[in-house]
Amino acid sequence: MNKHFLGDTAVLLGRSLRHIARSPDTIITTVVTPIAMLLLFVYVLGGAIQTGTGSYVNYLLPGILIITIASGISYTAYRLFQDLQGGIFERFQSMPIARPSVLWAHVLTSLVANLISLVVVLLVALVMGFRSGAGVVDWLAVAGILVLFTLALTWLAVIPGLTARSVDGASAFAYPLIFLPFISSAFVPTDSMPGPVRAFAENQPVTSIVNTLRALFTEQPVGAGIGTALAWCVGLLIVASVFAGIAYRRRFN
Amino acid sequence: MLTGMSTSSTEQTAIRVRDLEKSFKELKVLRGVDIEVARGSIFALLGSNGAGKTTLVKVLSTLLRADAGTALVNGFDVAARAADVRESISLTGQFAAVDEILTGRENLILIARLRHLKDVATIADDLLLRFSLTEAGGRRVATYSGGMRRRLDIAMSLIGNPPVIFLDEPTTGLDPEGRLDVWQAIQELAQGGTTVLLTTQYLDEAEHLADRIAILHQGRIIVNGTLDELKRLLPPAKVEYVEKQPTLEDVFLSLVGTATNGEQR
Repeated sequence: MNKHFLGDTAVLLGRSLRHIARSPDTIITTVVTPIAMLLLFVYVLGGAIQTGTGSYVNYLLPGILIITIASGISYTAYRLFQDLQGGIFERFQSMPIARPSVLWAHVLTSLVANLISLVVVLLVALVMGFRSGAGVVDWLAVAGILVLFTLALTWLAVIPGLTARSVDGASAFAYPLIFLPFISSAFVPTDSMPGPVRAFAENQPVTSIVNTLRALFTEQPVGAGIGTALAWCVGLLIVASVFAGIAYRRRFN
Repeated sequence: MLTGMSTSSTEQTAIRVRDLEKSFKELKVLRGVDIEVARGSIFALLGSNGAGKTTLVKVLSTLLRADAGTALVNGFDVAARAADVRESISLTGQFAAVDEILTGRENLILIARLRHLKDVATIADDLLLRFSLTEAGGRRVATYSGGMRRRLDIAMSLIGNPPVIFLDEPTTGLDPEGRLDVWQAIQELAQGGTTVLLTTQYLDEAEHLADRIAILHQGRIIVNGTLDELKRLLPPAKVEYVEKQPTLEDVFLSLVGTATNGEQR
C-alpha cells in the first residue's frame, strides 16, 4: 500500500465532507422519501396492515432504514460523476497521490452521509412512537449491518458513477434499489403474498436484512437469518467492489 | 519536417516522445508522434479539434497508456515510472479542474496537502497574491468568472513547483482580458525555469507564447519548429501597404481597460 494512502484519503474525505456540510440538501433530499413513506404507511395505510405484532412503526422501521440507504447512495454516484465531469478527478490522478484514495474518500463520505441520514430517520421514528428495548450489543449489531449494507451499496453506486454518460444516468440506478424493499418483508409479512412473489420476496437480500434488524430491535433471537443477511451484504460488497475496480481500470489504465 | 534540436541531451530535454501511438477501438488518434521539448521552454501543440492534442497530454500525464512508442517526462518513462512522472508534472486540463463548492483558498490548500507539502496556508496565500485572487480567496469558486477560475486552476498547478506543466487549451472560453492574464502567467512560469507544454487551437496564442510550435494533424506531427522556421515554410513575404486598422481586440481592451486585475468580473 502506498505510504500516503491514509493521509490522502483523509484529505479527500475532508473535502467531500465539506461539500455535504455546505449543501445539506443532499441529506434532506435523502431523508425526505423514507420519512414520507414512514408517515404514509404508519398513519394512512398501516391501520389496515396486519403484521401480527404490536406497533406498525416498530415493524416498519427496519425497511425504512434500508430505503434511506438506497436513496442516499445515489449521491455517491452523483458526486463521483461530477468529479469526473469537472476534470478534478483527472487532476488528482495526475498527482503524486495514492490513487485509490480518490475512490475511498467517496466511499467513506457516503458512509458518513448515510449514517447522518439514518440517525435523522431514526429520530423521526422515535417521535412517531418507535420503541425498542434493544441493548448496546443489539444496537451495535444493527449499526454493523447497516454499515456493511451501506458499504456494499456504495461500491455498487461507484460503478454508475464511473461509467455514466449523464447525471441522470449516474443516479437513476438507485430507483430499483429503493423499490426492492416493497417486495420483501419490509412493509407486510411475506406470507400474505401469492406464491412466485412470495418466493422472490423471501429470497432477496432485503428480507433477510430487514428480519434480522427487526429481531435485534425486538430482542428476539436472530436465528440463521443473520447469516443469510451477512452473506448477502458481504457477497454484494465483494461483487460490487470487483466490478467497480474493473470500471475504474477501464477508465484509467 | 524541421528538426532543430539535434544537440539536445537528455538533461536538457524535459519531454521526449518517440513513435507514440494510441487508438480508441478502431479510431487511431495518435499515429506515431515524435516531439522533444527543451527544459524551460514553452512548447505549443497546435491543432484543430480532434487532432489528438488532449490524448497526447493525457498519455504524458499518465492518465492514458499508449499502445506503442515511448514517452519520457523529466527523464522518466510514463509507463514504467508513472509515479516519478506524477512527482514531476502538473496537469491543467481542458476545463478548469477546480472544486466549485470550496473557496479558492481551500482549493489551493487541498492541492498543497495532496502534494504532501508543509505550511500549506502560506503557499495558498502566496499564490492568491500572485494571481490577483487575494480578495476572492475566501469566496466559493462557484462565484468566480471564467478568467478567475482559470487563474486559480493554473495557480493550483504550480503548487510544489513541478518542473513540467501541461496546459490543455488554457484559454479556451476566456474573454480577451482573461486570456492576457493567463498568457502572462504562462510566460512567468517559463521565466522561472518551468517547462510548459500547452495545446491550443488559437494560432496567435502559439505565436505569442511558444519557443517552438508543433502542428498535430490527424494524429501526426506535420511540422515542428520555431515561429521563424515555420514562417519560412511559406513563400517569402511580399511587401504590401495596408492601412493599419485597430483590431476589435484593441478596441475592446482600450474601452474596458486592461489595468483591472479581473477581481470583480
